This record gives sequence, structure tokens and C-alpha cells, in this order.
Amino acid sequence: MPHAEIASVVALGMLAIAAALSFVRVVKGPTLPDRVIAVDLIGVLMVCLLVVTAGATAQQAFLDVAIVVALISFVGTVAYARYIERSHL
Amino acid sequence: MNDWLSAGLLIAGATLALLASIGVLRMPDVFTRMQASTKASTLGLGCLLVSLALRNPQLSFVIRAAAIAAFMLMTSAVAAHVIARAASFGGAPLWQGTRVDERPSSARHPGGAAPSRPGDEAAGQNSRGSV
Repeated sequence: MPHAEIASVVALGMLAIAAALSFVRVVKGPTLPDRVIAVDLIGVLMVCLLVVTAGATAQQAFLDVAIVVALISFVGTVAYARYIERSHL
Repeated sequence: MNDWLSAGLLIAGATLALLASIGVLRMPDVFTRMQASTKASTLGLGCLLVSLALRNPQLSFVIRAAAIAAFMLMTSAVAAHVIARAASFGGAPLWQGTRVDERPSSARHPGGAAPSRPGDEAAGQNSRGSV
């Protein structure tokens, strides 16, 4: 499958650039919710990277890791939101 | 045919993720940034998962891909709601061009600080009683 192989490499590069851009928002985000949104987006991009890697290598262990990363990212986001709500920014 | 479709969906999903990240970087507001970031978690990841299921049509891959898609569709809405609620109660500043603000006035500025938004009073669409 040559086309999907090339597309996988391109997609991995684009996802890496996207993670770098949202890390810029983590660094310079003016308020705490901005940083939490950017970290949440980085978690989603990590799941995307794992899904593309699972497709490229045909290893289903990457998909199990993607499920676990999605779970932990969600729990972390909810915990951050509780913290923001209690501390009033 | 499957190969082309899978490659196209890969590029589409990665493009959506990149657009979401550019939106998070360039949008002016917490809530508009959140609106941009949900594109990656729903449509972008959905395209990538459909592409994965087309490339590897075994049952184990398809079931795991469906599980990831269902889980992301459920949790991204809950997470966005919780963050938006926390930001709103915490008094996150809105963009200057915001026209309608339907939050109750007690939840807007908990410290009693006056908003410094030029053009806010001129908008005339929000039903704020006293500024």
C-alpha cells in the first residue's frame, strides 16, 4: 500500500506540527483555562498519532495505548476544571 | 480504491488536527479556542479511525477503532462543558467583538471588577442592566 504509507508519514508530520503549535499556546496562554484547553488538545493529538502509527505498523497494541491515553486525558481535564472552579482562576 | 480512500482520509484527519491547533493558537478568546479545538477530537480523529479501519479490516482493529470513536464522542462534550463552566464562573474575559452574553450577571465578574471592553455598550444587544 504505497499511497497510504506516504500519507501516514505526511499525517505524522502534520500532527507533530499541530502539537508544537498547541504547545506554544500552553506556554503563552493568558489564563489557566487556555492552558487546560491546549493540554487537552495535545492529548487528542497524541491519540491521533497513536492511531496513525497503529495503521502504519498494523500493530493493534498501539490502539490499546490510544484508549488508555484518551481515558487519562479526559480524567485529567475534568480534574483541572474542578481545580479552576474551586480556586477561581 | 481502498488505498486511495484511506490515504485521503489520513490527510483529511491530519489537516483537521492542524487547523484545530492553528485555531487554538490564533483565536482571541477562551470559548472560541475551545470551539476550534473540538474539531480535532471529533472529526479529525473520526477521519483517522475510519482510515485505520479501511487499511486493516480485521475485527480487532475495527472494534478498537469504534471504541475509541465512541469514547471520544462521549467525553469531548463533557470535558468541553466542564472547562467552559469553570472558565465562565472564573470570569474569563470575552473577546471585544462579542455581541451576546447570555451568562447571568452574577457569574460574569465575581470580583466586582468592571469590564474593560470597548464597544460593549454600543453593541446594545446584551441585556445588561447596570455597567
